[in-house]
Amino acid sequence: MEKMTLQVNDLCTSFFTDKGEIKAVNHVSFDVPKRSIIGIVGESGCGKSMTARSVMRLLKYPGKIVSGSIAIEDKELTALTEAEMSNVRGEEISMIFQEPMTSLNPVMKVGKQVQEVVLLHRKVTKQEAKKEVIRIFEKVGISEPEKRYECYPHELSGGLRQRVMIAMAMICRPKLLIADEPTTALDVTVEAQILELMKNLRDEIGTSIILISHNLGVVAELCDYVHVMYAGRIVEQAETFELFDNPKHPYTIGLMNAVDSLEKKQGVLDTIPGTVPNLLDLPEGCSFEPRCGKRCEKCVECVPELHEIAPGHLVRCHACGQEV
Amino acid sequence: MQDNTLIKVQDLSVEFPLSSKKKVHAVSDVSLEVKEHEVLALVGESGCGKSTLGKAMIQLIKPTAGEVSFKDAVITNMPAKAFRDYRRQMQIVFQDPYASLDPRMSVRDIIAEPLETYNVCATPKETTERVVELLEAVGLSADHLYRYAHQFSGGQRQRIGIARAIALNPSFIVCDEPVSALDVSVQNQILNLLKDLQERFGLTYLFISHDLSVVRFIANRVCVMFLGKLCELGDTETIYTNPLHPYTRFLLDAIPKADPHRRRKERMLLSGELPSPVDPPSGCRFHTRCPYATEKCRTQEPEMKPVEGRMVACHLYAE
Repeated sequence: MEKMTLQVNDLCTSFFTDKGEIKAVNHVSFDVPKRSIIGIVGESGCGKSMTARSVMRLLKYPGKIVSGSIAIEDKELTALTEAEMSNVRGEEISMIFQEPMTSLNPVMKVGKQVQEVVLLHRKVTKQEAKKEVIRIFEKVGISEPEKRYECYPHELSGGLRQRVMIAMAMICRPKLLIADEPTTALDVTVEAQILELMKNLRDEIGTSIILISHNLGVVAELCDYVHVMYAGRIVEQAETFELFDNPKHPYTIGLMNAVDSLEKKQGVLDTIPGTVPNLLDLPEGCSFEPRCGKRCEKCVECVPELHEIAPGHLVRCHACGQEV
Repeated sequence: MQDNTLIKVQDLSVEFPLSSKKKVHAVSDVSLEVKEHEVLALVGESGCGKSTLGKAMIQLIKPTAGEVSFKDAVITNMPAKAFRDYRRQMQIVFQDPYASLDPRMSVRDIIAEPLETYNVCATPKETTERVVELLEAVGLSADHLYRYAHQFSGGQRQRIGIARAIALNPSFIVCDEPVSALDVSVQNQILNLLKDLQERFGLTYLFISHDLSVVRFIANRVCVMFLGKLCELGDTETIYTNPLHPYTRFLLDAIPKADPHRRRKERMLLSGELPSPVDPPSGCRFHTRCPYATEKCRTQEPEMKPVEGRMVACHLYAE
């Protein structure tokens, strides 16, 4: 069997609010094979970021992991103490965020911020740490690394700030990098550069990557496997080419049609009618049922299970029967 | 001026002073025309001046130099009183549907505000009726009248913003990134709505976007901007199928395609970052990032010239 970097099994994360329990992540399972890039796509509020934060154990109150297991290689993360988890973050798993400006300290030189990570995880002198920072700056494509080391975040462009974040995340050569919408705040030409960089880092350092994005294009470009999330659940998962060639879940098909139809010159664009359901008040059956064109009685009654319709291609839909 | 020109921009520049010596050259010597009933898309990366140009065209920002005419009147430096009649004919839809609606006002009051400012309706009851009409035009209903902005989703809020923009039957609307804060499925709903309204009411749009992929469907013509200057301007299909300016080509190539079979084998990647608009490069402003730049590009600024049925500002196409 393939070696896995990360295995998430039956993960449930909820937010316990005054109005009730919000099931942000609902029985989610997925594997990240070694040296692979897996994508999690879905629209805002589908639980993709909360899945990532659960893996990092960075949930904010009142969020809590309710059940399930998260294992990096053979280490169970849900059982670790806070201090042990601190060591895992940065060393074994690291994360980059959408908005690099808010993730960096505005009153500290960017070089120092990255150096801090090295000093925290390694027994090295400040001089050695600085050298290492400059080396990683070069690797992530920051021109004039010595000069940039002395810059404050506001002196850098959005693309450079994201490169600094990537440098910070990669400096301890983690096994897993979680990238939460890493290019959403960037312009397309810069986005292309950052995606290329992430691919190169995977090839050179061998880090596995979880790429979270709302953009099907970004996912198609970079990922080996894709998981589509809707209202807290994975509704379809497959190898990238299989998913884009043979989408089965009505939601996946709807998303793809919406994107493809943008190349139309006239007429009406394809949309998915309705809106995402309220997570406080999920339908009893399939959460996509109210917006689905293929719904039947069964969809109202019970939540469909993820079932395999082709090798490695799983769908959570009653209508996508076991025909294959 | 041609008969069907609605707005004409002539050598428009907008500069923002930073200190006594430095200034941001947001828009530099831009000339363009928007024809009646057309959708002109203005695309470019953040900081290229597209929003500033859009706002300067409807006098939300005072230009430093140049002229904007609307129909037959020059509206730059027009006295406020005289401009009042023109203001109602030009409206704007903003990018962020969360920041552009007052959280303390009900939907009815938000949409009624322009109607009341211009005394369109005789009584409050009539105003409310007109608001309901507008809500229905954008796909909402009378049930939503007394709700507040926070009770709506992003797509619905954008619909409210659109209803407010069309309240006074304007002829020209600047849509400033109206869909970039929205999810794909909702984004298409809003694009359909904008196109439908444009056809139904014969509106003219300046559609500002950083995302070339959402422009193709809605725009008749596309104008590409880089660092305060126009690069290329032409019919949408011409630009998409045969882009000439190197920057336009990079922009189009950089859009990630939602199809793994179309993954770029060899990427055309733009090197470097956007130069600073405080101290724009000499000659062609794109030359620092352009792989085809020659000595001429470094020293001499290219003019917009007609090439193969569109306008391009690039020395590559000088005969």
